[in-house]
Amino acid sequence: MNVQNDIPLDHPWDGFSDGSWRNAIDVRGFIQENYTPYLGDASFLAGPTDRTRKLWDELSDLLKKEREAGVLDVSADTPSSITAHDAGYIDRDLEIIVGLQTDAPLKRAIMPNGGLRMVEVGMKAYGFKPDPVVHEIWTKYRKSHNQGVFDVYSPDIMAARRSGVITGLPDAYGRGRIIGDYRRVALYGIDALKERKKAEFHELDDAVFDEAMLRTREELQEQFRALGELHEMGLKYGIDLAKPARTAREAIQFTYLAYLAAVKEQNGAAMSLGRISTFLDIYIERDFARGTLTEEAAQEMIDDLVIKLRIVRFLRTPEYDELFSGDPTWVTEVIGGIGLDGRPLCSKTSMRVLQTLYNLGPAPEPNLTVLWSDRLPEGFKHFCTKVSKDTSAIQYENDDLMREKWGDDYGIACCVSAMAIGKQMQFFGARANLAKALLYAINGGVDEKSGKLVVEGFEPITAEVLDYDEVMAKFDKTMDWLAKTYVKALNCIHYMHDKYAYERIEMALHDRDILRTMACGIAGLSITADSLSAIKHAKVEVIRNDDGLAVDYRITGDYPAFGNNDDRVDGIAAWLTETFMSKVAAQPYFYRDSVPTQSILTITSNVVYGKKTGCTPCGRRAGEPFAPGANPMNGRDTKGFVAAGASVAKLPYDYAQDGISWTASATPTSMGHTEDEQVRNLSNCLDGFTRAGGFHVNVNMLTKDVLVDAMDHPEKYPQLTVRVSGYAVNFVKLTREQQLDVISRTFHATM
Amino acid sequence: MTTQHAPAPGHDIHRHDNHGFLHSVETGAAVDGPGMRFVYFMAGCLFRCLYCHNPDTWKLHNGRRVELEDMLAEVAPYAGFLNFAGGVTFSGGEPMMQAAFVGRVAAEIKARHGLHIALDTQGFLHHTVPDDWFDPIDLVMLDIKHIDPARYLELTSQPLQPTLDCAERLVRLGKPLRIRYVLVPGWTDAQADVEGLADYVAGLKAQGGDVEMVEVLPFHQMGTSKWDKLGLEYRLRDTPTPTPEGTEAVRDIFRARGLVAT
Repeated sequence: MNVQNDIPLDHPWDGFSDGSWRNAIDVRGFIQENYTPYLGDASFLAGPTDRTRKLWDELSDLLKKEREAGVLDVSADTPSSITAHDAGYIDRDLEIIVGLQTDAPLKRAIMPNGGLRMVEVGMKAYGFKPDPVVHEIWTKYRKSHNQGVFDVYSPDIMAARRSGVITGLPDAYGRGRIIGDYRRVALYGIDALKERKKAEFHELDDAVFDEAMLRTREELQEQFRALGELHEMGLKYGIDLAKPARTAREAIQFTYLAYLAAVKEQNGAAMSLGRISTFLDIYIERDFARGTLTEEAAQEMIDDLVIKLRIVRFLRTPEYDELFSGDPTWVTEVIGGIGLDGRPLCSKTSMRVLQTLYNLGPAPEPNLTVLWSDRLPEGFKHFCTKVSKDTSAIQYENDDLMREKWGDDYGIACCVSAMAIGKQMQFFGARANLAKALLYAINGGVDEKSGKLVVEGFEPITAEVLDYDEVMAKFDKTMDWLAKTYVKALNCIHYMHDKYAYERIEMALHDRDILRTMACGIAGLSITADSLSAIKHAKVEVIRNDDGLAVDYRITGDYPAFGNNDDRVDGIAAWLTETFMSKVAAQPYFYRDSVPTQSILTITSNVVYGKKTGCTPCGRRAGEPFAPGANPMNGRDTKGFVAAGASVAKLPYDYAQDGISWTASATPTSMGHTEDEQVRNLSNCLDGFTRAGGFHVNVNMLTKDVLVDAMDHPEKYPQLTVRVSGYAVNFVKLTREQQLDVISRTFHATM
Repeated sequence: MTTQHAPAPGHDIHRHDNHGFLHSVETGAAVDGPGMRFVYFMAGCLFRCLYCHNPDTWKLHNGRRVELEDMLAEVAPYAGFLNFAGGVTFSGGEPMMQAAFVGRVAAEIKARHGLHIALDTQGFLHHTVPDDWFDPIDLVMLDIKHIDPARYLELTSQPLQPTLDCAERLVRLGKPLRIRYVLVPGWTDAQADVEGLADYVAGLKAQGGDVEMVEVLPFHQMGTSKWDKLGLEYRLRDTPTPTPEGTEAVRDIFRARGLVAT
C-alpha cells in the first residue's frame, strides 16, 4: 500500500508562500496565505478503498467485543505518559496513519494524576484488578489532582456538590477542554518548537520571580520536556518529527501524533482536535500539484486518520458515564467558517472529513462541527445538510457570532466552547443547577429531596400562592450564594489541576501568553424560565409536606412557555442568562486572571439533573429529566421548531460566551418530499437560525421507529448515532433512561 | 363513542372578515407547500373524512378567536426567514370555512411581506368566493379525496362535484395547482380509482392547467389518539399504512400520464 511516491523536496516548505509565518509560530498566517477555498459540490469525493474497508471491518469486530464488555482491556500497570507505551497497531500492514494510545487498540490507559479513585473505581466496575504498585505510588508518594482539590474544599462547596445544585465538577478527573495546536508539529517540526519554548523561557530570565512567574517558568520547562517526549514517541513508530512535514501523509501523521501525545497524557473530559482539515488540505493540494497523490489516496489517508480518532478511549467510572453517557471523548474538529477576509475556509478536505461518515458509516467521534454562516458556498452547505440527513452526526455553530470574538482560527473544545487555537484555553467548570436554586429560594435553602439544609441564612416562602416579586427577591439572593460557592469551587479545582495534573504537551502547543477563561455553566434554563413565567402569568399554589417543605405545585391557568417565540417568557430566559453571568462575573477572584464565561449546556446530564431535582413550579414532576442545554422543555414548544429556534436564538451570546446548545430533531420525510428539498430546507433553516443569532444546533434526522427498535435490538444498530446537547453518541451505548429521554423529546413530525 | 354526521352545507360557515378561529400554527412545516412553511391551521371543516388526522379541528370553536392583527402578528417574526426559505400555508380544518377572513389575512400578508402563499383545501366551498379572492394565493393544494362520487360521499360525508368544479375553476384562473391524494389501503388504493383520478388530473393539465405535481400522501395512524380523546368512533383503527413500494406504485400511475408525482 504505497499511497504516495516519495519525490524529495529541497525544503519541506517548498511550494508554500514566503510570508511571515516562516519566521514565527503562525499557523493561521500559513493557512491564510496557502489554502484553496473550495466552492464546488461533493461530486469529486471518493468512496472507501478495499484497504479502508478491510481495516474498518477488523476494527468493527473489536468494537463489537468492546460494546459487549464495556471496556475491552486496560493497561493496568503502566500509568500513561507520552512515552509509557510501545508502538501499537490495529493491523500494521494496513495502516497508513499510525499511533495508538497504548500498545493495542481499545486498550485503555490509566492516568492517576487526575485522580487515583477514578482509575480504581473504573477498573473494578469493568472487572479489572487495580495494580498494587500504582496504588502504592499514588497513595504514598504522589498526590493527585483529586486529593488536592478535596484538601481545600469548604463545607459549603461540599454541601452544594452533594445535593447536586452544582454537578459534574472536574475535581476527580481531568478537566480537558484544552486544544493544543497540533498542526504546529507538522508545519514547524519539534526542533523549531523546542527552540521557541526555550526562547520564551529565557525572555523571562530578568522578570520578577514571584509565585506566578515561577509557575510559568516551571511549566515552560515541562512543555519543553514534553516536546522531547513527543519526538521520542514518534521514533517508536519510526517517524521523525524533528523537522517539518514534507508530504500530505506526513502532515496528517505528524498532526495526529501530536494529538495522540495529548490523549496519552491526559484523560480530559473533552480532548478536542481543533481545526485541521483546511490546514491539511494545503499539503494535499501541494502533493496533487506535484503529481504524487490521487483523490482516492487523499481520501484514504483522511479515512485512516478518522479511524484513529474514533478509537480514542478513556477509563471512566459508572458515575461519570451517568453524567456523560456513551463513552464520549469529544474529539471535536471544526469545519468550514468564513475567514476575516471574507473567503470561505472550507476546502476539499473539509468535505473529505465529512465523507468519512459515508465511507466508514456514521459515528459519534470525531465530533464534527460545522461553523455555519449563510455566506458559505452552496455546494458545501448542501453537502453538510445531506450528511446530517443521512447520519445525524453533525452539529452546527454560528461562525458569524464567534468570528467576531475569536477570529478565524478558533476551534471548539468539547461541544460549544470556542477558543483561538494555540492562544487560548479554558478552565472547565461544568454547571450549576438553576432550577434547584429556584427551589432553594422557595424552601429557604433546604433541599427539596433530602430535607437537609444546604444554604445557611435564608428564610422560606410561607405563602400559599407564590408571589412573583417575593420569589424573585429570594431567588436573587440564592443566585448570589450559588455564584459565590461555584466560583470558589472552580478556583480550587484549577489551582490543583495546574499543580498536579498539568497538561504539558497540550500547553507546549500553545503560545506562552494566552487567554484563559473560567467556563461556568447553567442547567435547567428552560424550566426555570417556565417556572417564573407560571408564577407571573398563572396562579401557582404550593403543596407542602408534613415538614412544611414545598414539594409540589398546583397551577391554575395558562402561562407562556419558553420555545414558542413569546417574549413574555423568552425575556425571562434571557434575563436569567444575563443575571447569573453577572453574578458570576462579580466574584472577587478568578484563578490565574481567567475571564469568566458561561455555557447553557447539559450534555446528557439533563437526565441526572432531573433525577436530583424535585417538582418545579412549571409543572415538571420530580425526577423528570430537564430539557437538554437551552432546549425548551419537552412538549412545551407547540409551534414547531422554527419558533423554538427563535426562542433559543434570543439568549444573548454576550452573556454565554462558552456556548448555548440547542438540539433539534425531525424525521427526514417531514423536512421535504425529496432529498433535494430536505437538503435545501435544512440549509435554509440553518441560514435563518444563524441570521437570527442562534448559536448552536444539533440536527437529528431520525424516525422514532428506528430508535425504539434500536433499544430492543442494539446489535442491529452498532453505528446508529444521535446528537445530544453538544455531542454525538452511539444510541445503543446510552443508558435505557437516556434512550427514553431522547425518544420522548419532541419529534417535530408534521401534524 | 358517537358517529359523526356531516353538517349541512352552509350551516357552519364563518362569514365575518374581521375575525376568525385559529386552531394552531406550525412554524417548521416542510411538506405543506414549497420550502419551509408557516402554516395556519384554521378551525372548522364541513367534511368528516374517515381518515382525518385532525378531528380536533372540525369545529370553529375548536380554535381561538383571533383578529386580523393577531394573525399577522403570528407570522411577522418569521417573514424574513420565509422570504428566502418558503412561505405561508393556510390549512386546517378547512380554511375556506372562514374564506372572508382568510382572504383578508392572505391579502394583508401579501401586501406587508410579499410572501408566497399556499392554500390547502378540498375546494368544496369555492363557490362562496369571487375569482379575485384567489389573487393573493400563489398555489392551491387541492385535496381530491376520491374520484368515484359514491365512495367520495362515503369517505368524506360530502359530495365530490364541488371539488371538481373548483379544480376546473382554478385551471380557468391559471392558478398553480398541486393535487393531494391520501392513499388509504382499502379505501383509495384500488387501481381503477387511482387511474380514474390520474386521468382526470391529466385532463386538467391538457386543458392548460398549471398542475405542478400530484402529492400522494400515505395514510398514517398518528391521528388515532385524537379520535379517542374526542370520544369519536374511528373506523380506520385497523387500517394498515401503505407500504413504500405500494405508494411508489400509485405515484407511477400518475407519472405514466406525464404528471410529476411525489
